[in-house]
Amino acid sequence: MEALNVSVDWHALAPELVLTLTACAILMADLFLPKEAKWVAMPLGAAGLIGTLAAIVSLIGEERVTLARSFEVDEFSLLFKALFCVIGLILLAISYDFFRDSDYYEGEYYFLMLCSLLGGLIIASSRDLITLFIALELISIPAFVMTGLRKADVKSNEAALKFFLFGVLSSAVMLYGMSLVYGITGATHVDDIRLALGGASDEPIVILSVFFVVVGFAFKISAVPFHFWAPDTYEGAPSPVAAFLSTASKIGGFVGLLVLMFRAFPDVADAWRPIFAVLAALTMTVGNLIALKQRHIIRLLAYSGIAQSGYILVALALIEPGAASNRQAFVSALIYLAIYGVMDVGAFAAAVAFARRGGTYFIDDYAGLWARNPALAVLLAGFLFSLAGAPPMAGAWAKLFVFLAAINAQVFWLAAVMGLNAVIAAWYYLVVVKKMFFEPAVDDRPVEVPGLLRLGMGLAALALVAVFVYPPLITEPADSTVPKEPAQVEIAG
Amino acid sequence: MEWLDDWGLSLTAFLPILGSIVLLAMPATEEKAVKIVGTLFAGLALIAALLVAADFDYGNAGAIQHEVNSTWIPQINARYHVGIDGMSLPLVVLSALVSFLCMIYLWFHVPSPGKPKALFALVLLLETGMTGSFVALDLVLFFVFWELVLVPMYFMIGVWGGPRREYASVKFFLYTLFGSIFMLLGFLALYFKTGTFDMIELKELGAAGIGSDLFQNLVFLGLFLGFAIKVPMWPFHTWLPDAHTEAPTVGSVLLAAILLKMGTYGFIRMSLPFLPDAAVNFAPAIGILSVIAIIYGALCCFAQTDLKRLIAFSSVGHMGFVMLGISTLTPEGINGAIFGMVAHGLITGMLFFLAGSIHERYHTREISELGGMLQQMPRFGSVFTYAAIASLGLPGLAGFWGEFLALMGSYRPGAGLSEELFRVLMVGGGIGTVLTAGYLLWTIQRVNLGKPKEKFADGHGLFDVRPLEWYAWVPLLVLIFVAGFYPRVMLDVTDGAVQNLLGAFGI
Repeated sequence: MEALNVSVDWHALAPELVLTLTACAILMADLFLPKEAKWVAMPLGAAGLIGTLAAIVSLIGEERVTLARSFEVDEFSLLFKALFCVIGLILLAISYDFFRDSDYYEGEYYFLMLCSLLGGLIIASSRDLITLFIALELISIPAFVMTGLRKADVKSNEAALKFFLFGVLSSAVMLYGMSLVYGITGATHVDDIRLALGGASDEPIVILSVFFVVVGFAFKISAVPFHFWAPDTYEGAPSPVAAFLSTASKIGGFVGLLVLMFRAFPDVADAWRPIFAVLAALTMTVGNLIALKQRHIIRLLAYSGIAQSGYILVALALIEPGAASNRQAFVSALIYLAIYGVMDVGAFAAAVAFARRGGTYFIDDYAGLWARNPALAVLLAGFLFSLAGAPPMAGAWAKLFVFLAAINAQVFWLAAVMGLNAVIAAWYYLVVVKKMFFEPAVDDRPVEVPGLLRLGMGLAALALVAVFVYPPLITEPADSTVPKEPAQVEIAG
Repeated sequence: MEWLDDWGLSLTAFLPILGSIVLLAMPATEEKAVKIVGTLFAGLALIAALLVAADFDYGNAGAIQHEVNSTWIPQINARYHVGIDGMSLPLVVLSALVSFLCMIYLWFHVPSPGKPKALFALVLLLETGMTGSFVALDLVLFFVFWELVLVPMYFMIGVWGGPRREYASVKFFLYTLFGSIFMLLGFLALYFKTGTFDMIELKELGAAGIGSDLFQNLVFLGLFLGFAIKVPMWPFHTWLPDAHTEAPTVGSVLLAAILLKMGTYGFIRMSLPFLPDAAVNFAPAIGILSVIAIIYGALCCFAQTDLKRLIAFSSVGHMGFVMLGISTLTPEGINGAIFGMVAHGLITGMLFFLAGSIHERYHTREISELGGMLQQMPRFGSVFTYAAIASLGLPGLAGFWGEFLALMGSYRPGAGLSEELFRVLMVGGGIGTVLTAGYLLWTIQRVNLGKPKEKFADGHGLFDVRPLEWYAWVPLLVLIFVAGFYPRVMLDVTDGAVQNLLGAFGI
């Protein structure tokens, strides 16, 4: 009965509490605000996220475990919590004018967005199957609604329905896998599962259960062949929501995967490493090849995001039970996720900025953007080059560290596949750059970008350039996060 | 001067990028101010480079000087480590000089569609990448500078280039990216084996042998792909004629004068000293590819109708001589290679300037439409003759020594290499020099001699060399003569470093 006497470490929960309160405040305020004042939800949300960041900063350097060991605060979780807040702030900046202009459901939107981000914050600390699952659903379920916010738009409806059905299916598959894991081990905490499993990597039931869990996550992170929903959903959803799905939501899925694979299942890696190797190779290659043909910027970013998931999956395909190189793989996945989140949200922000007021999402219409709005063209080019892994933004480091991890683990073939993919990917990023800079403008009107969007893109670009010049900004925090061994946790708890 | 020891190289490398950031903040409409600021920063970088060169201890040219080594990314043991020795000093000065001359040339030659601010900023960005590559002594740092070069050159070709600029720019970008990824994998493999990215440490470890034969060969192959595409060696050269032909004049000049040298420099600074055994294995293949490049490049030149494309193909041949020199693994060959790199930078850079100015005057580069330049523009025609003759390797001008030393090196190649094979290669290279002389003389004949074509008979728009063109060209013309007439200027600087390098091969 000791579970009933659990003492709650409120400080450890502070970031989540601040965010929860903010979300509730937005929902309440929205009820009473007149229509023309509903925009207040956005500064309220931004203030909440900044408060959350402050709470996160207050926890730096601490190791706290609470809620019956299911909730852990450490360097790893704080890094991702901070990342979710930063991405959240940029998302709010993107959303403001978008939802102002088209005036629908502002208050609800910000409430839902913060709820999803809250899910991200929680998943970063979850160390127990049930908490993990709930956190993941907390990310997804508000996202279903956000995707369908444009009620009158058929595409938005289709997007939401597709996303919902795939999402529920993947949750069911994952839950089934988790129930099998519980059945074998009798435990839900990741460390207990690891101890109970031992090294039984050739037990069919172990392979099967891990397989189902991985497939469930593969839907969430849109890995090939479970990616079909992503491009349609991104295209149909309001663009800031697509940006959210491609960054925060996807990163949430990866965080869950990292926790499970490195904390619960590392000793049975032989059972699941091949799955990830195949997933990684397929995801990057197929994503890139299909991206080559896209003419719609959101679909292009969707497929490029799929390919980027493939690069991150490489890190998971490098795990050997007890190998020293695992650490490098873990760190490289963290670095990639952090850099990817910022550069991808930056690219989405640029797409939203261009499409605003009469612009479109078609790549052909980007022709001559350099003449129409030089700053926007330069920023978008920077984000795209970064996604391609070229200077002067941090994307190059993300790839370098995954390469390094692959070579360290001596999985050369995946490094080579990834290298070839980087070249293929450069092609379609360059197509957009080429349109913007090398072709004359069809339409001479200047493109105006509202101040908040400029601020959001500027911050993202600044952060990426800073990391490019001085990589320890990300490598140092990432390096301090080590996947813990069960024994360590017991001493700490 | 102590501050020069610490700051000289960093200033040379980073003043240009600082300039491009300043330019970014300036209004694009203030064209004159933009040009002044751009030229000023390139000039400051040149002054920094010259100060470093003046401070360089030539008695000890084999040692790394002006070294700075501080922490950068401790997690992977990558450091901000820069320094120069006799091999890199000429290239650093050359980069700073050619970039500055390009700035001067750009004062009156901003190609369509204008936008001097962006163009000046890109040239400065490019300069940082180039200079940085030659001073970096850490593989990760080198890689960053190496990649930094890609983006500005892509935009230069794509925005200010000729009719097929889109194709040429993408081809340039993808080709180089492809090579550089395998180069990076090679670097990471070296790190995995040795735990360091430091070039000096790797050189010492390399002398003792890093890893198995298979490992060495694989890593060498990775580096080879990166460097060989950049040089470019036959058969990886196909991006070069397109990029050169479509690029604006300053783009071609920088590409020919500096960018190609990053590839050959990589072989000398990295491939050879880190992996000496693999270098001996690969040397015959590199030698054969080089001679193919020499002969193939020359034959292609005979078939060209566009003057700029002809100069581009001549680069394939000239870089073939540089690579032949490297593949001999002898002091003569490698000294000759470095000499050839600088000479090619001066001469071919000059020829691309001339091609640009010819296009400006005639509005065409078709050789068949040109003629009688010496009659109509005597000074311009003489400069063209001078540069073309320097390019064909006339003794007394800079082009001679690189070819001569490369052939001399292949007469008696380094230890472990087949003497028969390299003597055959020497003969092949010799035939190449004859062919080179042939097409260049033929070009002089068609462009400079004879009567002007009817279309241009009235001489309208054909003005002789202008003052600003003289300012941009005279330093090159003088250096071509000095290096040719008194080669010790260069060889004394490089020899120490080359002897130091070849220590790994037991010579």
